[in-house]
Order: sequence, then C-alpha cells, then structure tokens
Amino acid sequence: MLTDSELKKIRSDFPVLHQKVNNHPLVYFDNAATAQRPKAVIEAMDNFYYHDNANVHRGIHVLSERATHNFEEARKKVQHFIGAKHKEEIVFTRGTTESINLVAESYGRTHLQAGDEVLLSYMEHHANIVPWQMICERTGAKLKIIPINHAGELVLNDLDKLINKHTKIVAITQVSNSLGTINDLTAIIDKAHAVGAKVLVDGAQAVPHMAVNVLELDCDFYCFSGHKLYGPTGIGILYGKLPLLKAMPPYQGGGSMIKTVSFAKTTFLEPPHKFEAGTPAIAEAIGLSAAIDYFKQFDLEKIQAHEHALLLYAEAQMQKIPGLTLIGTAKHKASIVSFIMDGIHPHDISTILDSYGVAIRAGHHCTMPLMDFYQVAATARASFAFYNTQEEIDAFIVALKHAREIFH
Amino acid sequence: MQALRELYQELIVDHNKHPRHFHDMTDANCFAEGVNPLCGDQLSLYLKVENDVIVAASFLGKGCAISVASASLMTDWLFGKTIQEAETMFQAFHDLLTEEKSIEDAELLGKLMVFQGVREYPTRVKCATLAWHALHAALHDASLPVSTEDE
Repeated sequence: MLTDSELKKIRSDFPVLHQKVNNHPLVYFDNAATAQRPKAVIEAMDNFYYHDNANVHRGIHVLSERATHNFEEARKKVQHFIGAKHKEEIVFTRGTTESINLVAESYGRTHLQAGDEVLLSYMEHHANIVPWQMICERTGAKLKIIPINHAGELVLNDLDKLINKHTKIVAITQVSNSLGTINDLTAIIDKAHAVGAKVLVDGAQAVPHMAVNVLELDCDFYCFSGHKLYGPTGIGILYGKLPLLKAMPPYQGGGSMIKTVSFAKTTFLEPPHKFEAGTPAIAEAIGLSAAIDYFKQFDLEKIQAHEHALLLYAEAQMQKIPGLTLIGTAKHKASIVSFIMDGIHPHDISTILDSYGVAIRAGHHCTMPLMDFYQVAATARASFAFYNTQEEIDAFIVALKHAREIFH
Repeated sequence: MQALRELYQELIVDHNKHPRHFHDMTDANCFAEGVNPLCGDQLSLYLKVENDVIVAASFLGKGCAISVASASLMTDWLFGKTIQEAETMFQAFHDLLTEEKSIEDAELLGKLMVFQGVREYPTRVKCATLAWHALHAALHDASLPVSTEDE
C-alpha cells in the first residue's frame, strides 16, 4: 500500500487535481477515459518546445539532432517498458485506435479472405470492433465473438470451436474499459498460435494498472495510448513482432517512410519508419517517455494494492446504496466500476455528481454490444488512478446518495 | 446546488418517473425517430395529424430524465396544436435553452419554462431538444403524413 505521505507526494505531482469544481474539491474519477499528467510530463514537453524543437530525421543541424535523439530515445523507453526485443518493433501512432486500424488495414487486408475468421470478444471497445468489421466487409472474412458471463468474464469453454483452422486473427482486450475485467490471455494466445492465427492485444486500459511484457505474453501485436498512462494525447504505440512488421505493407504513404521515390516506383524504409509517414508527434513521444519514467519510479505492487483497495472500498460503499447495481463483477478487476441506479439515468447521475465536483463518465463507453448484453442503454463509470484517495470515494458516495434523494 | 435544483425541478422528476403518452400509436400518420449517438438516447415519436392539427401525440424510448421529461411535456402540449404553432414552439423552446429569454416567450412557453435550468448545463441541452428535433423531423422530412392505408 502507499503510505499517506507517499500519496500526498504523488498528488502534489499532478497540478490539475488541486482545484475546486462547482465549489467542491475536484474528485477526478474519469481516469479510464484519460488520466491526468504529472508535472514531469508537462515540463518535458515544455522543455522540448523551449529548447529543442525541430523536425526529426535528416535535419543537418543541432536542434534536429537533439529532437531526433530524444524521439528515438523515447522509442527505446517504450521498448524496455513493455519488454520488446527490438526498438524497431515499436511504432509511434496517434493512439490505440490508430494502432489497431494500422494492423487491420495493413496485416488484415493482405492476410484475410472470404471464409476466414477474425475472433473478438463481447467486451471489446469500438476501436477493436469497427476496424475489423470494416476489413471483414472488404475481404469477405467473418467476425466471431467470444461470449462472456454475467460477471463480465470471458467464457472459454468452447475455445476449440471459437479458434479453428479458419481463424486468422484474434483481437482482444487485456482489461475491459467498461467492466474493469482483467483477462488472462494465455490460453487464447496459445490456442491461436496452435492454428497459425495472430493475436492483437488492446492494452489501452492495461498499461496503467499492470506490468506488461510482450515477450512473456507472446502476443503478435500490442497496442496502447500515451494519455491513459499519464502521458499526452495524440501519441500511441503499436508493438509488432519484427518479422510481421517487415512483411506488412505500409499503412499510409508520405515523407519519412520511403527509401526512394520516382514516378515509376517507390521503395520503403524498414520498420518502424515504414509505418510512420509524415512528421510524427515529437513532443508527445517525448512526453510519453517522461510519463514512463515518472510511472516506473514507483513500486508497481504498491500502486496496484492502493488501486485495489480503492476498488474494494468503493464497491462495498456503493452496494449499501439501495437500487444501485454494479455492472461487471469479475474476480480479477482493474480499478474501474460501472454501475446503474434504479430510476436514474447515468447522465443524470453524472450531472448530479459533477455538482459535487466529482467527474465520472456516463454512456456506452464505446462498448455498445456490451450494453446490449446487459440490456442497458448506458452505465455510469468511476475509474480510479493511483492518485485517488478513500476520502474522494466518500465524497462520491455522498453525491450518489443525493442523486437517489432527488429521484425518489 | 442551486443550479441543480433548477435543473431537476419536481415537474421534471415527475414526468421522468411517470411519462405521459408513453406508448406507441397504431393509427399515427406522422412518425420520426430521434437518436443521440453520443449518449445512446433514443426516442420514437408518433403523431396523428388531421387538417394541419395535431390531434394526438405519443412517444417511446430510452433516455435521461431531461430527455424523457421533455418528450412527456412536449407530447402533452401538442394535443390540439396546429403544425404552425408546433413549429413556433420548437423555435421558442430551442431559444429558451440557448439564449436569454424575453417575457413574451416565457408566456408562450408556459409549463415548458421548467427547462430553463438546462441552459446552465450546455452538455445537457441536446437531451432536452431531442424530442423537439424528432417533432421537427416528423412534420418536415415525412413531408406529407404517411398513411398506413396507402399500400
């Protein structure tokens, strides 16, 4: 567990937390949508713009050399953070969504044909559904869905049927953004590899909460975003095994990704540059690097224990409120709580909580199939980061009780 | 907290809990669906129009208190109004949520003034106007009332 003084120190690192919203101290429980940035990240980006800003690669001057160096160091930082073998396996993208689209478009388009199957799960974010649906429509491949139980856990009894000789790609989330479920992907990845299928893991919600090692996981692709890991928006990562990336065609064409261009023929650079057309998000990559440095200074087990304690405390307090139902009660959960309240729409809950300075999210969380599964139009969702406190949960509970009073 | 009380007035809470005219209509001759894809709210609006007069209105759907209460109060108001009156009110209601109101409009709006508090919550304006946009669509896009007898 984090001590009180450690927690206080952590909170002091996040300037945005120290303000009043609607005359109440801000309680930021929308971390699964985007986390806040510590000073270290803001200052790293500021520092780049104040002192080093230039375009990366090919610039024959000092600032460009600095920018290129910092940008490529950020790539190595990410490589070590997720345990990749080569820095060339780390592609900078705009975010998880673009990473998945890149794989669907580049790998999917060249490897899928009519009769093939792409396997997803019921709890995927739209970002891990729609790109596959689009590529299936163009190639004639079919989507198959791993079912879930009412607790929000994958049901893998029929894995032998779900993953079969037609399966070419399995795309699955490691942590559900709506339910908080932590999926053990070992069996799925083993089975997929046994039939020659490739596995893409959506790690957007996993990286802020757990240690990720892509070699141990043995996934073929791993995607995540900077901004959920206390880094900037506009930067994301695609990890891909090098032989796969080498064999894949480019995603977008343009500058920075070519060897030679003539009107007759263009040749492309090796990965990762082949997939990084145009000027990349340089300051954002440097910001992400600073976020990783910041995050790695803490003992991950302590952070996990703190977040888990917040989750258990919140769930226990919430279950005392009559008419409140938790959506997603998996055995293994990250610090995300979805819920509904009898007779109160999640948007109304969110508006009332906001008047207490408590920021949560209400809606379908980009998981409409999951909402259909639970037969709700929307849920309210509170998601905790390691800078959140038990006192903040108390304020959240007071506001929830007031919501119930207004509507009953 | 004052703004919150203005938003969730008793009338709104009541119409959310017990929406009026909350059913489909087999003999409707005007229909429109309203959806808010950002939040998943959806609403089906049924009207029966005779000689430019709305003689019956009802709705079905899912949504927050503001959108349900708005649809409930709107359908309540619509009975016996002409299409022109409905259009005028659509504009007045829209202005209520987005602009400072004059006293004449307050008189015109009557009970619907209860939604004035929504103006303090820009993210919720669309919830209140969803039913009215469906009304506008039902009266316009379907140009002439669609009869179930035509086929």
